[in-house]
Order: sequence, then structure tokens, then C-alpha cells
Amino acid sequence: MTPTTAPPARQPEPGAPPPALRVEGLTVDLTTPTGELRAVDGVGFSVHKGRTLALLGESGCGKSMTAQAVVGLLDPVARVTGGTAHVNGTEVLGLSRSQRARLAGPVLSIVFQDALTAMNPVRTVGAQLAEPFRIHRGLSRRAARERAVELMDGVGIPEPRARARSYPHQFSGGMRQRLLIAMAVALEPDVLIADEPTTALDVTVQAQVMELLADLQARQGMALVLITHDLAVVAEHADEVAVMYAGHVVETGPVTEVFTHPRHPYTRGLLDSVPERAAKGRPLHAVPGSPPELGSIPTGCVFQSRCPLAADVCAAERPRPRPTGPSRAAACHRSEELASD
Amino acid sequence: MTDVSPPSDQPAPLLTATGLRKSFRVARNRTGNARLTALDGVDLRVERGRTLGLVGESGCGKSTLARVLLLLERPDEGTLRFDGIDPFTLRGRALRAWRRRVQMVFQDPFASLNARMTAAEIIAEPWRSHRDIAPEGARRDTRVRELLDLVGLRPGDAHRYPTEFSGGQRQRIGIARALALGPDLIVCDEPVSALDLSVQAQVLNLLADLQRELGVSYLFISHDLSVVRHVADRVSVMYLGRVVEHGPAEEVLDRPVHPYTSALVSSAPSLELTGDGRRRTVLQGEIPSPMDPPSGCRFRTRCPRATTVCAEAEPPPATRSGAPSGTGDHRGWCHHPLGPTPAPP
Repeated sequence: MTPTTAPPARQPEPGAPPPALRVEGLTVDLTTPTGELRAVDGVGFSVHKGRTLALLGESGCGKSMTAQAVVGLLDPVARVTGGTAHVNGTEVLGLSRSQRARLAGPVLSIVFQDALTAMNPVRTVGAQLAEPFRIHRGLSRRAARERAVELMDGVGIPEPRARARSYPHQFSGGMRQRLLIAMAVALEPDVLIADEPTTALDVTVQAQVMELLADLQARQGMALVLITHDLAVVAEHADEVAVMYAGHVVETGPVTEVFTHPRHPYTRGLLDSVPERAAKGRPLHAVPGSPPELGSIPTGCVFQSRCPLAADVCAAERPRPRPTGPSRAAACHRSEELASD
Repeated sequence: MTDVSPPSDQPAPLLTATGLRKSFRVARNRTGNARLTALDGVDLRVERGRTLGLVGESGCGKSTLARVLLLLERPDEGTLRFDGIDPFTLRGRALRAWRRRVQMVFQDPFASLNARMTAAEIIAEPWRSHRDIAPEGARRDTRVRELLDLVGLRPGDAHRYPTEFSGGQRQRIGIARALALGPDLIVCDEPVSALDLSVQAQVLNLLADLQRELGVSYLFISHDLSVVRHVADRVSVMYLGRVVEHGPAEEVLDRPVHPYTSALVSSAPSLELTGDGRRRTVLQGEIPSPMDPPSGCRFRTRCPRATTVCAEAEPPPATRSGAPSGTGDHRGWCHHPLGPTPAPP
């Protein structure tokens, strides 16, 4: 396994404020019947106040587990075995449950993909939305309920006062996602992690939800970590991107640069396989094969078996993230060969 | 409705559907039973060896339409013509023979394969219902191997089980199963949306290759406009049980007539639009309940161009305003069609 301290993707300029969230060398292991598996291996990224970082990757690449590790909601079979996560300069991975609970909401918050299972089905949404105000702010039931109604209004729920008495299943998918976002931003967190927030929604509703997230970010100035598999969502909504593959961050940098001049063959393969970029009627540029299973991640580069540039060094040695430009890095032995075009 | 008849210089289409209606009785609390109108007068045309893209949000009737085309549902009204015959008039042996001509590829390659059958058994299973064309003995294994080869799997894969395959490989097995009966039309219901992006391209390329080699037609149901733009020759856009626009794929997606198509195109996130250059017209609201659709134009409750006429009258077929009428078959059903110079709403 590689050393668990990957160099940070970007060095902060002198005098610049520290990032709202900085993750370094994060490693998560899973206990399975067949033994220990490493699901997240030395992942590092950072995101500043008011900025959006996309954690981009395909299913099973470890992006959701990275998010769960940061917010302290890992499945019991998974545990953090290395690395740090600093929120506003405070390390959070080593905190106790009660210390964590104090951060959850006012400092660090998460929006899940599936709004129906993320809410309590037997309590009204008004009561659920009022909860953070009662717990963290000590508001009275009546005052907290008022704040919940304001919150529902703020995320575009029509007739919020009446709808506060409804249960989650009485809302459409798009409205439930709005409620979940409302819950997550209720206490104006510094860092909001959104795990595939629009994947389950129809396109016209997706656009509404992304617009809502952007509005809230502009209003509250929070740092947003957007976890997604959708390149177009990244292109439209993120400032920086960290591309993940098989538990590793393989490339980081500003979205506009990474997407126009990728320096990792996996990033380039993803971009080339988007139908939008292909001539109609011509074959798409497919990446051959499929991602490796967690149990059979090769030594050396994790992408070597699917990589058109793979050489002997790629099988022998796992590439460390190296700078490929200002505030950019790629974990590839051969990234220079992608620089020419 | 005659709008789906092709220009006379083209060969007869493989499939035409005219005025399909289908409603379901659903139990509703307190107020008793209600009817959900899933298809409300749908016209459709699939050309031979071509791909029709079917686009729309959840609840628009795409899946009910697919079920009607597979004869899994009988429409309340309307006609279906497939290669000159109405398949709903067929019985017995003739119906069985017809069924092999339309096959299906499902969205979820994990749920649509029996985990207790090998790839070879899955691919050969359709032959159990069609013994008259089932290859016998050694021919059977040869044919399975040919099908595996056709979809890019190895002969050694024949005796492996679904869990041993990746999502993309499973979808290849599902495609081989659909091909086993030599269909004329394959209904592909979101065939790549459960696959990872890097694998999606492989499967889309395979479908294109198969169409070129075998001349099979596709009805390609998808919510992903960039995929539809790439694979479809023609596109039909559905909203609340109706086709609101149809025509050649590029025409419809690049120069839409209907405000709903335009909103769909503009809602779809795009790679070519990075940073702050957002030109989005975000649609307000969500699809109304198909149990209680709006009067007149179904889309008027969310439409930025809606006026009183939209609530009062069914929208007429329209071409893009300013375009010479009667050229091509690009139509949208709208009182205020879009055009190069926007008509005053």
C-alpha cells in the first residue's frame, strides 16, 4: 500500500485563509468475510469557503465512503485507519461521538441521495426540520416550528405552514430532496457535503435542486463538496474537481482546466466517452474493461489494466500525486504524455 | 391523426402506433376509485433498421407505451401496425411467432438476469418458448457461442453465473438474450443508465454495431438527452401521456418547437458549459398527477409561454414558426410554438 500521506493538491498561498475542509491521506478499511479490504486509500482534497469541490467517480470508487468518513457516519464494517480531516483547522476524525454531534449541523452537514430513507417516516416534516433548532439552539417548540416553516419557505416548498404538518411520503421526490437540503443547511454549516443529491430526480427537477444548492451557497457562503458520477454536473456546478478511481484520487485541479486538458488517462477516458462530445453515428471512445474489484486492486497503478499508456513502471510502482500545473496534480507516471495535446 | 405517416419516398415503417390510449383504475383513499390515464392518444413510428428515441420524465407514460408495443398491455383505444399487421388481432401460434419479433433489454442488469442460471442458459432461455426455431443439440451450443461473440463476450463466459460478471458484461448478456430470437425491434428501456460512464460507451457502441450488422430497429427509452442525441435517428418527446413533439433527432433537440422540449434540453447538464455561464431556463413545479391532468395543453401549468387559450383548447400540431410548413415531419403540439423569432406569449 502507498504511504497514507498524499501531498495536498494545492498549496495555500501565504496569508490565505485555511480551507474550510482539508482531507489528507484518508484511508478506510472494510472488514469482510474474506478479509480486510481497503476501500479508500490515501485520499486528499481541500475546499475553501464559498467554493465547490466535486468528488467525481464511478460506483464503488470510494467517493461516498470518503464523505461518510468525514462526517463520521461510516457503516460499522468500515473504519478510518489513517489520515486526517480538518474542518476550519480542527481535526474531526479523532473526535468522540458527543464532540461529533456538536459539529453536526452548525459546522459540518450532509445531504444524502435518497431523501425517503434519510427522513423519519413517522414524524411530520415540520417536527424533523425543527429538531436542529431545538437541540443546538435550545429554542422552544413553538419558536423552532416557526424556524422550520421559514426554512421550508426558503427552499421553495409551497404553502410551508400547512405542509409542515405532512409526512415525508406525502411529498414528491423533488420536494423531499428540498426538505433534506433544508434540514442540512438549517444551522448554516461551514461545510456541506452533498452525496449525489440529484441522481434520483428527473432532469427538470434536478436543475431546480442544483439551483437551490447554488442559491443557498451564495447566501450562506458555505464550502460545498459535491459527490457525483455526472461529468456534466461537475462542469456546471463545481470550481474544483477531485477524480477518484478504485479508492484513490487520481487527479485534482480546477474543473475548467482538468476538463479541457486532463492529465490522467482515466479522466481523459471518462471525458472522451461522453456522448455529447462524440460525432453522431461514430463509435464512442469507450474505456475498455471495468473498474477492479476491491479485493483485486493491482499493485502499482490502480488504472493500469484499462490504461492505453500503461508501461512497465505502472505495474511496478504506484504513482503518487504530482503537480501538473498551478493548483493541479495527477497520480500518473505518464501524465506528461497527455500534456502535449 | 395522420401526422406520423412518413413522406412517401421512404420505405414503409416497421411499426406505427396511432391514437393509443390506456388508462388504469387505481384505488384512491376516501374518494373511491380513480382512473390514471397513462397514454392519452399517442402516435409513434419506428423505421426499419433505425432508432427512435423516446424521451420524457418519470410518469409520462414511456413504460406503459413500451408494454403496449410488447403486447403486455392492450390499449383501450388506438391501433398498432407492425410490418403491416395488427398484432392485437393475432391468436395462438401466429401470436407466438409474432412475439419473437419484438424483444426487450432492461434497465437493471443486476435484476434482469436469473442469478441461478449460467450465461448460456440465460441466452438460450427464450428458445424454451419458441421450440420451432430453437437450435437443436450441438447447433444450440454453437448458436450460444455466436451470440456471446456477437455481444463481445468470450466462449468461456458461457458457463459463468451473473455474479461473476460486471454490470456492463451483464448488460451484454441481456442483449444477447434479446437477440436470440432474431427480433426486428428491440425495446431498450434505459439500457445504460445503471452503468458506469466508462462502461456506458461500450454498450452504446455495441448496440450501434448490432444495428449495422443485423438491421434491427430500436425503441430507445432514455432520460439522458446526450445519449439520445447520439443514438437516435428520430425522437418523440412525451409529457403526461402524450407525445408533445417528434421529428428527426437533431431537429428536435437543436431546434425544438415545444417549450417542454426546450426546457428539457436546457435542464440537462452539459459539459460544454463550465463555470458561471449558465443559460438555464429552470422549469418551475413538477409533473401534475396523471389522475387529474390539466385541461387543454397538459404542459400549461409549468409553461413560461402559457396563455388562456392553452387551458381552453387542445394544442394544434405546429411546425417551428417561421419554418416553411410541410417540409420534413418535425411537429410539436403547442399553441405558442418556439421559433427563430419568439412569438409573443
